[in-house]
Amino acid sequence: MSAGQLPVAAPSGTWPMFRAMVGVGLACGLIIVSAYLGTKPRIEHNRAEALAAAIYDVLPGAVSSATFRWQEGAGFAPLTAESGGDARVHAGYDAEGRLVGVAIEAAGMGYQDVIHVLWGYSITEEAIVGLKVLESRETPGLGDRIEHDPAFLENFRRLDVSLADDGQALRHDVAAVKHGTKTNPWEIDSITGATISSKAIGSLLDASASVWAPRIQSGHESLEVKP
Amino acid sequence: MNGEPLGTIFINACLINNFVLAYFLGICPFLGVSGKMETATRMGGAVTFVMLVTSVCAFGIQALLTALDAPYLRLISFIAVIASTVQLVEMFIKKVSPGLFRALGIFLPLITTNCAILGLALFQTNKGYGFVQCLVFALGAGAGFTLALVLMAGLREKLALAAIPDMVRGTALTLALAGFLSLAFMGFAGLGG
Amino acid sequence: MSGHPTPSTTDEFLKGLWRENPVFVQVLGMCPTLAVTNTARNALAMGLATLFVLVSSNLVVSALRRFIPKEVRIATFILVIATFVTVVDYVIQAISLDLHKALGAFIALIVVNCVILGRAEAFASKNGIRASVADGLGMGLGFAFALMCLGVVREILGSGTLFGFPVLPGRFQEWVMMILPSGGFFTLAGWLLLFNWRRQRNAVREEAS
Repeated sequence: MSAGQLPVAAPSGTWPMFRAMVGVGLACGLIIVSAYLGTKPRIEHNRAEALAAAIYDVLPGAVSSATFRWQEGAGFAPLTAESGGDARVHAGYDAEGRLVGVAIEAAGMGYQDVIHVLWGYSITEEAIVGLKVLESRETPGLGDRIEHDPAFLENFRRLDVSLADDGQALRHDVAAVKHGTKTNPWEIDSITGATISSKAIGSLLDASASVWAPRIQSGHESLEVKP
Repeated sequence: MNGEPLGTIFINACLINNFVLAYFLGICPFLGVSGKMETATRMGGAVTFVMLVTSVCAFGIQALLTALDAPYLRLISFIAVIASTVQLVEMFIKKVSPGLFRALGIFLPLITTNCAILGLALFQTNKGYGFVQCLVFALGAGAGFTLALVLMAGLREKLALAAIPDMVRGTALTLALAGFLSLAFMGFAGLGG
Repeated sequence: MSGHPTPSTTDEFLKGLWRENPVFVQVLGMCPTLAVTNTARNALAMGLATLFVLVSSNLVVSALRRFIPKEVRIATFILVIATFVTVVDYVIQAISLDLHKALGAFIALIVVNCVILGRAEAFASKNGIRASVADGLGMGLGFAFALMCLGVVREILGSGTLFGFPVLPGRFQEWVMMILPSGGFFTLAGWLLLFNWRRQRNAVREEAS
């Protein structure tokens, strides 16, 4: 670069300022775009891998998955590059390509901040069969036990979210109850010392299941075959 | 789109996840200008104001970048646009209301590159807030910042009269105080649930 | 190269590491120092990311220093810094999404780390490329060192582990507070106290001799 020989004038004219800003801007743009393009395949691979791992985690037996989009009136359709939208679910299939269940993302306010979870829904059992906390900022040592506490996660091995007879709402509200007082299959046994976080999980699952369980039960034919 | 109610957003940004005491954003002005109550309130006002402006800008930029499908330009355009808008606002205030300029004046350039400002822009984008939610979030964050600053100034004004060993005086003591404030603010957690 | 007599490159490198340590002595760049040091791994990653941005921006700013009119220098510096931060952001996502999630928005916030703009303005814009890179390396390593000082203490006391490996006996009751925000304030306050104490002791000794 021959920039070293340029005289330093004070005060600088418009042209050097313009030249410097545009030159630096162009160079910066070039660097950013090449970094973005260079890392993009790797990042997308990482993202897909993380999502797949989470889906297989909440849907025991699933070995492959496909993402579907829900549209009111039209039901489920495979997600394509151009169809956007937030209303989406991930269907999990076993080794023979049979539908195992559906993984659904949900979020709700926790003790510190919003908790993001992925939960697995079994169509035949009409139950939640797995739960994974994707993101939370709950208090370390107390609230964050919702992520790993084996006894708490045991709740979601089979949590009843069966529909009422009209097929529009849940028969029973999903709710967290005090530790050791769980008597019904739709109740969540809270963690002592993490009551608010447990309740938050309960209410976010209730809200999400009330929306998705009727949709999936009514439109699961289009999910059966892997696209 | 994020469905959080506005009240929750405000309480969340102001108390539970206070920018200074829970996210450590804007620590530099927090340590620097929390010595006197009066400067603290003015600084708080200036930061809240800039946050509102930033919030609107960041919302616009994000909409534009989504339309252009250029997420990689987010950071660079945030920082460039925020810095220049604040300068513009500063000139505008100087021209229109010299009184307000004198009140906020010296603090405005200081806070352009304050991490709380950029942090606000990044957080509201990450959370996918709508326009009104963004404004409430900015107000909450600004109020939280002012609250932390004013509380700290009150404590430090009292401490100025106390007999403290030389070694502890200065940043170390301020940081320890901030630690206690941060512990106290943890008591607000759960309010948003 | 610059007009005034410059100290040796090694000197530029060493001053940031200890004598003018950006965190412990200059008390700059507090936000990332406190926010991401709850584990040693996060602290190390943040330290390295900052080091990379610091060295690259010092290099570029120093190489372009005669080409940039002084009126637009801050704007240019910020552009350069933001570029490298964006690069680091993508590289970290490519390496590990978990790490990116743990550091969160604080990678992007390296842009407003006053240490970086401070070095570009105070050093790289006035000195040659070699000295600037040495300065960036020293300051960056000093910053990373300070982050590690906090991260190690907070992780050992707060989780009983170091880089995820248990180091304390199982009967140890973790001080959960240390990984919470307040723990960051207390740990940094503790380190600053230690530095103050050393400085005072040295001053007293010098007076005595």
